[in-house]
Amino acid sequence: MNTPLNGPAAREPAIRFHITRGSGLPAYRQLVDQVRQALSLGLLAAGDRLPSVREVVAEVTINPNTVHRAYQVLEADGVVEARAGLGTFVTSVAPPSATPEHQMELQEDLRSWAERARRSGMSAEAISALIAVTFPNPAHQRQSSE
Amino acid sequence: MSDNQAAVATYGLGKRYRRSRALSECTFSLPPGRICGLVGPNGAGKSTLLRILAGLTVPDAGSFELLGETPGPGRSGWRRVAYLDQDRPLYRRFSVAETLRAAAALNATFDFGWARRTLEDLGFDLHQTVGTLSGGQQTQLALIWCLGRRPALLLLDEPTSALDPLARESLVRLLLATVAENGTTVIVSSHAVSELGQFCDFLVLLTRSQVRLTGDVDELLASHRLLVGAAESSPPGTVLSSATAGRQATVLVRSEGELFAPGWDAEPVDLERMVVAYLRLYACAEDESAALDATTSARVRS
Repeated sequence: MNTPLNGPAAREPAIRFHITRGSGLPAYRQLVDQVRQALSLGLLAAGDRLPSVREVVAEVTINPNTVHRAYQVLEADGVVEARAGLGTFVTSVAPPSATPEHQMELQEDLRSWAERARRSGMSAEAISALIAVTFPNPAHQRQSSE
Repeated sequence: MSDNQAAVATYGLGKRYRRSRALSECTFSLPPGRICGLVGPNGAGKSTLLRILAGLTVPDAGSFELLGETPGPGRSGWRRVAYLDQDRPLYRRFSVAETLRAAAALNATFDFGWARRTLEDLGFDLHQTVGTLSGGQQTQLALIWCLGRRPALLLLDEPTSALDPLARESLVRLLLATVAENGTTVIVSSHAVSELGQFCDFLVLLTRSQVRLTGDVDELLASHRLLVGAAESSPPGTVLSSATAGRQATVLVRSEGELFAPGWDAEPVDLERMVVAYLRLYACAEDESAALDATTSARVRS
């Protein structure tokens, strides 16, 4: 969003959120997942500032309490810390499991694998089902570990 | 004000206009810092409730507390309450700047600097006459008047009803950003339930002058499920709506706690679906007493 509602931030927030309505996943959960995903992809680093609650609600029009809740979950997990008067910052981060280049390579492999599966006549649903049984669902694992 | 004290608490509020009941037995409690959606069909009593809370209409039954005290003569009462009615009351011949000066002159707590900055940020020409502003801009200006007073409680009667989608979005952004900064409690009435579903975390649903459903939105949604299963089997929980197609039935049910529904495929519901089911339930209930029975069992207390 370009309206100056955001105000002149000293530093641009390091992540922008988006909310998928009607996905069944609560909005606070989506925010938490997006931060974790950005961390695991190496898009967020220690010291990065998350957008303020005000910035988030002005951008994605959700309830301020939802953002508070997401940030509390992340803080309880030790992923971020709130610094009084300054904002919410990423604390320490485990280094991403693979370099961005390596991740792109892996994604390329996956793409060609999907192409082979399609050529062999598998439907999109069948492919998704195959992926689901091959990999345990990380979202489910996370939820049960909370 | 302590955290567990309600920002708004009503006890059996009632209001009659000549022979018609506008509001009856209206009881709910809204915790501070919440954004409460007030929904219901036209004539259900939404505006009457907001006007009572704003001190513009005197109820003939019941009582209420705002921000922990009963408002009235000699008390601070409504000083920290702002109310915006559907007609955006503004002085049409004033310029935008004159409107701001009037707001500052009429309200000791008005934050003139903030209001001016916000209007400039939104692209207002301060010299333009209010009457020549678009509907969306007039609503924005009226909302800025309300927000500039730094209210602890903000009452909005269908603020987005006359606006196009872009103006709506812009108004919601302005509202949420300001509310996020000040921890304002908000009650907003609207027919745009899907829009409310984006940002409301509390709900009051009125039909035919009565509160049919109220509570924390997440808790309400967690106690409702959409079940899909065989038409001949009977679903668990309280059935709110049911549709049958061939051998398959789609049923909206309410149940406290974990819903055990063997043989049924259970899906979560969204706010709009739940609200529409309740509106339909009470619109269809020809037998008033049957509807009242359902209320007692269906009302969720926070």
